[in-house]
Amino acid sequence: MSPIWLLLILPYIGLLWVPFYNHADPEFLGFPFFYWYQLAWVPITSLLLFFVYRSLQRGGRISHED
Amino acid sequence: MKTEIDYAALGVFLFFFVLVTLLGFVAAYWRRPKTLAHIDEWGLGGRQFGTWITWFLVGGDFYTAYTVIAVPALVYATGAFGFFALPYTIIVYPFVFAVMPILWKVAKDNNYVTAADVVHGRYGSRGLELAVAATGVIATMPYIALQLVGMAAVIQALGLTGELPLIIAFLVLAFYTYSSGLRAPALIAFVKDVMIYIVVLVAIAIVPFKLGGYGAVFQAAQAAFEAKGSGGILLAPAQMVPYASLALVSALAAFMYPHTLTGIFASRSGDTIRKNAMLLPAYTLLLGLLALLGYMGHAAGLKLSHNNDVVPALFQTLFPGWFAGFSFAAIAIGALVPAAVMSIGAANLFTRNFWKAYVNPQVTPAGEAQVAKITSMLVKVGALLVIIYLPTQFALDLQLLGGLWILQTFPALIFGLFTRFFKAKALLIGWAVGFVVGTYLAWSDGLKPLHKLVYGDWNVTLYVGLIALTLNILVAAILSLFLPADRPLEKDLQAPAT
Repeated sequence: MSPIWLLLILPYIGLLWVPFYNHADPEFLGFPFFYWYQLAWVPITSLLLFFVYRSLQRGGRISHED
Repeated sequence: MKTEIDYAALGVFLFFFVLVTLLGFVAAYWRRPKTLAHIDEWGLGGRQFGTWITWFLVGGDFYTAYTVIAVPALVYATGAFGFFALPYTIIVYPFVFAVMPILWKVAKDNNYVTAADVVHGRYGSRGLELAVAATGVIATMPYIALQLVGMAAVIQALGLTGELPLIIAFLVLAFYTYSSGLRAPALIAFVKDVMIYIVVLVAIAIVPFKLGGYGAVFQAAQAAFEAKGSGGILLAPAQMVPYASLALVSALAAFMYPHTLTGIFASRSGDTIRKNAMLLPAYTLLLGLLALLGYMGHAAGLKLSHNNDVVPALFQTLFPGWFAGFSFAAIAIGALVPAAVMSIGAANLFTRNFWKAYVNPQVTPAGEAQVAKITSMLVKVGALLVIIYLPTQFALDLQLLGGLWILQTFPALIFGLFTRFFKAKALLIGWAVGFVVGTYLAWSDGLKPLHKLVYGDWNVTLYVGLIALTLNILVAAILSLFLPADRPLEKDLQAPAT
């Protein structure tokens, strides 16, 4: 079990700890914080997955064939 | 809502509907198999869908037409709480990335077609297999019915009255699913998803521009909630725990459904699934922006008789007729893809885990395909009858319970991939406890998804599914301590190393 997997826990912490982001400020492009913060987690989660994917590939733990 | 017929809208709508119908029938010849008379070909498209096809297919059947109608409607009605769909459809992907390739491999190595096949192989238990299969079928039925609700909303907005248009659309769907199998929704998903992307991107660019920008949209929504005296663009303190529990549990349940699993099993490789976990969040972005249409409904000052009308009414008010027609076509076709995959998923379950298990164990692959084809027809007709003869609320309530039920299959399907600790009998009793207690709690609360747990003067409100799942796992774990090991059937007995 590679420690790199722990990165995938971050979206759960970031999104399930609701009091952290249930605010109107700071606003961004007219969006209250509550909205743009959650939307921002979409690309962040994709990037985290990509990061984990690449490091598993380099470590030879996954291949294109499986 | 306007209800007179707009011929520009209707013309565009019909054009696209006919186009996808033709695609549905042509799909049988797409990536030609040697024969479609095999359940692997009919029900899983030959397990050879690569990254892009899977992306369109899973995107098309996970983010359903009902979602396009219901999420903005919930946001329109309740405000921030309706946004739980956003965290839910983000945190589902790390789970898909980590777990689904392993499940795929077990299915591939043993020629499994359904979740219940996997469970049967892993535990050698007919009882647990039947529990998982039956849960899958009954959770899927109301879901198909709700796709019809989404379709009915746009057909009405086009000014077509009566049930006949809906029946025709559904019969067409039933026939090409019958002849082409999973290839039909996979091919149609390309058209449908591109259309939905166009509609949403145009809507989120043009609508705020017409309404004075996003800041104005949020302000108008907040003013509307204050006037109404409930809801708001931020969560009330008491809503925070329910919001998180609903998001988490929905994410765990999402890929237990037969239609989402069908998309997983139909992939070419585990790698296809991993890449999709990285790429599918694009749809989540779309869903988040789509949800904002609920607020735009307030900003546009719509007066609605039903919350579900918010999206059709908004498009009619702000778009020219032809583009409203295009949007409605996108939503209606968006109902066809998941409805087709759901009926295929349910048919696969019935064929493999009921017909083959109890009626005709000697059934040939061609015979399996035939049973599955007929079952997919019956499932769709059943859903149609439910929508025509029973109140919509019935389907909505059942769909809510369906989410709770399908979640109870999680331990049986997933735990066995990683550990041999859990025993079949324990999992079966855990499933039954979760199923019965969860249903009872939801029922006694008047079919509300949230339940208040009170202990002395401490209380917390949680999604019912989370309470039921916790009980389910506790029961299964405790009983597993006292039960002997199971006798698995499959070749691959090693839980794969990760």
